[in-house]
Amino acid sequence: MQIQKTRKIEALTSNYAVAYAVKAADVDVIAVYPITPQTTIVEKLSEFVANGELNAELIHVESEHSALSAVVGASAAGARVFTATSSQGLELAHEVLHIASGMRLPIVMAVPTRAVSAPISIHNDYGDVMNARDVGWVIYIAASAQEVYDTVIQAYRLAERALLPVIVAYDGFLMSHTVEPVELNDEEEVRKFLPRTPRPYTLNPRRPVTMGPLASPDWYYEFKYQQVLALQEAYKIAKDVDAEYSRAFGRGYGVVEAYRMEDADYAIVTYGGAAYGNAKAAADLARERGIAAGVVRIRLYRPFPTADVLKAISGVKALAVLDRAIMFGGPAEGPLYRDVATAMYMSGLDKPAVNVIHGIGQRTMYVEDLYKIYTMLREGPRKEVVFMGVRI
Amino acid sequence: MKVYYKTLRDLPREELFAPGHRMCAGCGAAIAMRWITKVVGPNAVIANATGCVEVTTTPYPETAWMHPYIHVAFENSAAVASGVEAAIKTLRRKGLWDAGDTKVVVIAGDGGTYDIGLQSLSGMLERRHGVLYILYDNEAYMNTGIQRSGSTPKYAWTTTTPVGAAVRGKIQWKKDIMGIVMAHRVPYAATASISHILDMTNKIKTALEYTTEGPTFLHIFAPCVPGWRYPENKTVEVARLAVETGYFPLYEWDHGKLRLNPPSNSHIDKTKRKPLKEFLKLQGRFAHLTEEEIAELEKELDAYWQYLAKLQTL
Repeated sequence: MQIQKTRKIEALTSNYAVAYAVKAADVDVIAVYPITPQTTIVEKLSEFVANGELNAELIHVESEHSALSAVVGASAAGARVFTATSSQGLELAHEVLHIASGMRLPIVMAVPTRAVSAPISIHNDYGDVMNARDVGWVIYIAASAQEVYDTVIQAYRLAERALLPVIVAYDGFLMSHTVEPVELNDEEEVRKFLPRTPRPYTLNPRRPVTMGPLASPDWYYEFKYQQVLALQEAYKIAKDVDAEYSRAFGRGYGVVEAYRMEDADYAIVTYGGAAYGNAKAAADLARERGIAAGVVRIRLYRPFPTADVLKAISGVKALAVLDRAIMFGGPAEGPLYRDVATAMYMSGLDKPAVNVIHGIGQRTMYVEDLYKIYTMLREGPRKEVVFMGVRI
Repeated sequence: MKVYYKTLRDLPREELFAPGHRMCAGCGAAIAMRWITKVVGPNAVIANATGCVEVTTTPYPETAWMHPYIHVAFENSAAVASGVEAAIKTLRRKGLWDAGDTKVVVIAGDGGTYDIGLQSLSGMLERRHGVLYILYDNEAYMNTGIQRSGSTPKYAWTTTTPVGAAVRGKIQWKKDIMGIVMAHRVPYAATASISHILDMTNKIKTALEYTTEGPTFLHIFAPCVPGWRYPENKTVEVARLAVETGYFPLYEWDHGKLRLNPPSNSHIDKTKRKPLKEFLKLQGRFAHLTEEEIAELEKELDAYWQYLAKLQTL
């Protein structure tokens, strides 16, 4: 594939970037229900459909549970599908998340992330998507509107090759409602990148199959093990897709992004746009003040890119894992921390690692606070989980 | 209803519901499935809600379905069918559908329709998807044992409405699902019983053809041997008595006009109905009923007939 010649740059929110990517992907069926902060995606898509710019059926369902159910049906029938949700909507659809991955359907869903009730909060953290991290979906967490656009397109290629559903997550409001310059691909080029390859099994009367059967103890376990293998395979496919995308459109991200990590003694490992941006600024500040600081950002969260993460942190003296979600009652409350700690333990990598929880319900975090994480790592990493910025 | 089959000889011969499924001997729903699949013909996608039919017909790696078939969950078969219908529509528009005029049919039990699935059913009807939704009604959650549903009749024994000294079976009346569906102003909705095959098959075909205009709905009465506690060779007899006693009237709602179908059309005159007791006495779930309770059920049934008679004049 050749790098495209024409460049078109638009000022877009991350939500609009999703809508433009969905349009470029020539999606067939979209099922949506409005929820903050996702709603502007479907408003934009509704415009595209209303204007005849996107040849798709838009189903205005009566709930997120039905949204995901409808795209399961449409995808099973062989259509390229899209849905989007946040927070309570993702929780309502949770049952169907398992079914979509168990049926191996290439669904793409955007999730501008949001805190979960109670108390109700429309603001950002990653409590919603982290509740969906163990359901057999591929999960990307993007850090800029450009990356959101590129990732949605990559997601279709990955989903259709791995036969797995994909979530593309990013910061609600902090990204979903803030405008950035986004370079848009030529739509014809995108469609070449996403060819219509027939799937082996769809709901077609010419080739009837039974989908969603009953599996006895004789069979259920094998279905689930195949999902394990499919996600392991998706790790490799995600890397390939990113490389192919980079060759075709000139932009690639890898599955893990490293900032100033070449000679870093102390690392912050995190995910999401605001956290990554602030952590990079904090690393710059720490470098100015004499600390060899770096940042590692997880872009592909499921399947967890264990080898890439371990490689990125292999040279540091200590690290902090920043989480924007609380998973209550575990040995540590941060979901990413548990992943990183497990990866380190399983590979025998023994380094001081501290879990920092921050930005819950969109609590403001300051670069200076993140800078203090580096000084804490240098002076002696704490053992207990740090709840940064909470009033006790 | 349009008449496609005048005699039993006209009915489709091709079997599209494979033998070897695990449904009970004498299962009313099994009879319904056989005729549904025959009448819709091979060019259809079936979306099935979780329930007796689903678990007994799809034990992996076997299947009783010769149609493309999808089961997703208990409450969302109407939403799944909405997606299938939308997919076929778009793919056909884009030249990517190679199976021609494919119909979409939902099959769901009473729990998946009256209760947990009501929201997605309402959504599908409101959005006017071209889908035939078939409810097979055995008046309880039979897949899970025998628990009450919104369709369970008053005083019926179930495992969650047991008959005791303080409470005698289900406390509430059966929900009027047809009224709910008709309130959505669908092009066609009808009741049918597995005891009246020609009436049922003609209604299935009519409802299927009307899906070009929007959603259609069929409420099929399907007795349950273990749930209703009658001998397994009595299924059709129980279903027939439900119609003949007026317990389950056969009628259709065709573009805003309600019409009672034979033999129920003569039942407006109460004397033309058999006594309700004849339907009740065959079933263990009603074995505890006193004369007063039967009288109360009859009174409610009379009120329902008056309501139908009024609707018919509109």
